[in-house]
Amino acid sequence: MGDYAYAAPTSLEEALSVLEAQANDGQRTQILAGGTDVLVQMRSIDKEPRTLVDIKHIAETNALSIGADEIFIGAAIPSAALNENDELKGLLPGLIEAADLIGSTQIQGRATIGGNLCNSSPAGDTIPALVVVSAVCVIASPGGSREVAVGDFVTGVGENCLESNEILVGLKIPRPGNNSADAYLRFIPRTEMDIAVAGAAVALTLDEGGTCTSARVAIGAVAPTVLLVEAASAALVGTKVDDDALNAAAAACSDAASPITDKRGTVEYRTKVVGVLCKRAGGIARDRASS
Amino acid sequence: MAEAHDLKVIGTRPVRPDGVEKVTGRANFGADLHLPGMIHGKVLRSPYAHARIKSVDVSGALAMEGVLAAVCRSDFPEETDDLGRNVIARDKVLYHGHAVAAVAATTPLLAEQALDAIKVDYDVLEPVLSIDQAIADGATLVNEEMHTNGDASQPASNVAAITKFERGDAEKGFAEADVVVEGEYRVPMAHQGYIEPHACTATINEEGKITVWCSTQGHFDVRTQTAAILGTSISKVKVIASEIGGGFGGKLSVYLEPLAVKLSELSNRPVRMVMNREEVFRATGPTSATWCKAKVGAKKDGTITAATAWLAYEAGAFPGAPVGPGCMSVLAPYDLENFSIEGLDVLVNKPKVAAYRAPGAPQAMHAMECAIDDLARELGMDPIDLRLKNAADEGTQAPYGPKFPAIGLKACLEAAKAHPNYTSPVPEGCGRGVACGFWFNIGMQSSAEVLIREDGTVIINEGSPDIGGSRASMCLMAAETLGIPYERINAHVADTESTGYCNMTGGSRTTFATGMAVVQACEDIIAQCKERAAMTWDIDADQVDWDDGQAVPKPGVNADVDPLSLADIARAWGRTGGPILGRASVNAQGAGAGFSVNWTDLAVDRETGKVDVKAYTAIQDAGRAIHPAYVEGQMQGGAAQGLGWALNEEYIYDDNGVMENAGFLDYRVPVASDLPMIDTQIVEVPNPTHPYGVRGVGETPITAPLAATSNAVCDALGFRVSELPMSPPRLLEAIDSQEG
Amino acid sequence: MSKLHVTTSVNGQPEEVLCEPHQSLLDVLRDELGLTGTKEGCSTGDCGACSVTLDGRLVCSCLVLAAEAEGKEVGTIEGVANPDGLHVLQQKFLEHAALQCGICTPGFIVAAKVLLERDPNPDETTIRYWLAGNLCRCTGYDKIIRAVQDAATELAHEA
Repeated sequence: MGDYAYAAPTSLEEALSVLEAQANDGQRTQILAGGTDVLVQMRSIDKEPRTLVDIKHIAETNALSIGADEIFIGAAIPSAALNENDELKGLLPGLIEAADLIGSTQIQGRATIGGNLCNSSPAGDTIPALVVVSAVCVIASPGGSREVAVGDFVTGVGENCLESNEILVGLKIPRPGNNSADAYLRFIPRTEMDIAVAGAAVALTLDEGGTCTSARVAIGAVAPTVLLVEAASAALVGTKVDDDALNAAAAACSDAASPITDKRGTVEYRTKVVGVLCKRAGGIARDRASS
Repeated sequence: MAEAHDLKVIGTRPVRPDGVEKVTGRANFGADLHLPGMIHGKVLRSPYAHARIKSVDVSGALAMEGVLAAVCRSDFPEETDDLGRNVIARDKVLYHGHAVAAVAATTPLLAEQALDAIKVDYDVLEPVLSIDQAIADGATLVNEEMHTNGDASQPASNVAAITKFERGDAEKGFAEADVVVEGEYRVPMAHQGYIEPHACTATINEEGKITVWCSTQGHFDVRTQTAAILGTSISKVKVIASEIGGGFGGKLSVYLEPLAVKLSELSNRPVRMVMNREEVFRATGPTSATWCKAKVGAKKDGTITAATAWLAYEAGAFPGAPVGPGCMSVLAPYDLENFSIEGLDVLVNKPKVAAYRAPGAPQAMHAMECAIDDLARELGMDPIDLRLKNAADEGTQAPYGPKFPAIGLKACLEAAKAHPNYTSPVPEGCGRGVACGFWFNIGMQSSAEVLIREDGTVIINEGSPDIGGSRASMCLMAAETLGIPYERINAHVADTESTGYCNMTGGSRTTFATGMAVVQACEDIIAQCKERAAMTWDIDADQVDWDDGQAVPKPGVNADVDPLSLADIARAWGRTGGPILGRASVNAQGAGAGFSVNWTDLAVDRETGKVDVKAYTAIQDAGRAIHPAYVEGQMQGGAAQGLGWALNEEYIYDDNGVMENAGFLDYRVPVASDLPMIDTQIVEVPNPTHPYGVRGVGETPITAPLAATSNAVCDALGFRVSELPMSPPRLLEAIDSQEG
Repeated sequence: MSKLHVTTSVNGQPEEVLCEPHQSLLDVLRDELGLTGTKEGCSTGDCGACSVTLDGRLVCSCLVLAAEAEGKEVGTIEGVANPDGLHVLQQKFLEHAALQCGICTPGFIVAAKVLLERDPNPDETTIRYWLAGNLCRCTGYDKIIRAVQDAATELAHEA
């Protein structure tokens, strides 16, 4: 068994070379952003010592930019900081809300969207929200940089396509237009602090008459990874996103879900509730897009 | 006894004497002690719910660098009791998490890594994981030597004991009833959920003198239990109680202390042991899961003619479920001629249950108060009116035998009926549910010493660990008795060598019994002061009164003298016989029962099954509220625990008997945003046996909320869900199957 | 395992500690710096008893490595009272009997102080959601919320 070690590189280059050097020494490495998943797992289900590579001191992972066409959110920015940015909240209310739902005020002081995505839990709150706004992962590799659509990033329960010598730098998101909006809702048994039992994100665009011209619907905590539900989107496009359309979208979500029964919920419960959440999130997204 | 309007400080709300230390972080709790050379202990716990231990080999751990001691069953006297068998497993492990060995090392991480080097050979056995399994024909036996009620003529059983209370003829009573209602109810295993994990530090010297610092509700019991498990005498053990971060009954037994002492002995270093949260859930003492049946019959006018209850409680690995108190409580609010109560103490392969605030009562009263609620509905009667019609009162014979002296149930019911939160209509979309609560409260033994300083200020030494502000109450009672300002008094929880014997802080006995001792010790002081004054004035002691903190000659006594205050007398004590100290010890009799009425308004989201608690009101008879804010606090805290248990808290076990939700993430206690303000009203029907009329208040508050919440959900949905917790998946399933 | 040398600042005082890479800020505050006012309730970030501020942000110190405090300002319960006396929040907690056993109290005070610095006039819902990460098992939260509301009112008067 190796030992624990800690490194705090101050550039992407340095970070990549630390990863490589540790690997050459046969030492396991793990990227550390907010630490709210890593430190918990390190003490319980995964006690193997490793070198923690802290990416919070790198300019690119802390970058936040809102451009005419594109928004970039660095992987190391804590949720609390994102929630203090009114412009960002106005453009991506669903995503920022999702980030705000992770844990408590204390957790939000540390937790990052990047970390939530890389933890790749089926129930990660930001992931359905990232999928519906068509986020793209910007990844730093030894060979250069590469991009992966967020829907392709998570590959299984707790698994993603990042190699051990790569770093998620941040998320690139197309800037939503004026009549577009997103929303994310999750179900938890209490009012705070719980892992999502089911989650649904909806992003849609309305034309001037209030008819939906495009929609993306993603559901979380009801399958090994987040599911983009094409049939739910189809149920909304071309409608005014009224109750009938929302009910159809909800039914499509329930059909698409393939959850498990565990200590947080049963198959039947999650299947039903994800539909309810889709309906409610769809309504919120529609109201936001209209205003 | 003084009337309320005569009291000067009792009933006021001063700042508690330990308050500044607590809000600044200075107060020392169980894990806050740091001794030079201290090392860290960790426990190896069973990975199986039920297995025979063939061998334990700690040599691998001892060989590791930094590991200074390791212990297993062979390091403890073989002859022991269930507590000793729980502290470290002997021939069998009886629950997942049962302690099997322990090590001490120079860092916590090294100690933890050393556990992996301990080799234990298990013969895995089938676990028994529910009452249903335990009482089935051919069930695996948790203890092959256990016979129900010790009757060896019957086959061995998982039912350790059966308790019965009966009066009259229940069957005849049901036959006379116009309406009979019955139900079957399940309440899950729950944990007290104190925020501070168990922690202790132990040292032992070459003479075998042991010192233990620990977070506990009863340090005299820690002394007794530790000495017994180690096979040493209590004269060798000194226990210092730290501040305690919550107990609720779960810190009445030792878990770590004997292990820490033994590790200290073998390493010759002080040893600190602290549980992590997972260990607290898996391996301390949650309360019993239960399966209860309740049946009640009444005439059209609401007079109850008969009631029966069958109460089966999981004891965990060793006998001792609180089914007795459950049997005592289940029908306590009612004046009945005919009833029959049967309680079962059932062994299962789960942790040995410990007391949890009114142990046994919440589960039993949930069953009966739900049945009474259904009865009210069937009769078309208001649930409070139905209870008023049958309420126990002074002179009623309690189901467990004694006649109640003056009690406050009717006063609480009447106050509830008149309360604006009850007379107001149920908010749109909500349901409202009512229930009664009860706890008998206990007395037991306490000692107190009162020391006067030369300036007339006062020190109280007593032995009741302070779990909720009791030192403030001691100072208030002393201030009232002595007639001096509250600010001139300080109270300490002294260690086992520095104060007289005291039973544990539990059973809602502290303000009652330790308070009684404090009052009597102050009366001892007053008697001595009168003698000193008499000496000073050259009159007889029986010619002196104590009035408003001063010695004065009785009216009519010929003595032209100024009054002498406590300070005056102290200043001159050298001339009148020396320093002044007072003492008292009690075996307090006449603990008064505490009744309550609670109700809640809540809404159920029919699409998700989620409950939103909009309002909660608790009314309780405190006898006399010494410090009303701390009485209110007990009412609110118990309500919150009850709401959590009713709506979300439960131990979830897999088929191997492993708890799946051993953490605060998935063992869901209420958070601040889950609850509304909890309105309270204190009723005072003084308890005549206490100098100030005190009744215990700590436990009654958790006994009504389970049923109040269940009844509110029933009112909201139009049908009853009889299994707790009423978590969203359970409610949604019930809603869907009603509508389907 | 070789130790790390961490230079940080706690309650305005410069501090240097040697710690192991895996050690949490909570462990180091309590065991190396002797600041035991910050409590350990769960080590999984679910109870808030270990709440501190890190560069002014409210965090769980059990989920911060001591190494991550390098160059940062840590605020603990020991730094809440000022030389003149208790902070208004501490005073209000005492007046409202907003503590029974007191183990959660340091975490609540640190958390509530950050809230009132950001939002001097929070409504009840805001207070409850802000403090949802701080568990209390004794009080049912009622008197804690009232103490925070009263402190907000008093701080507004002082301002």
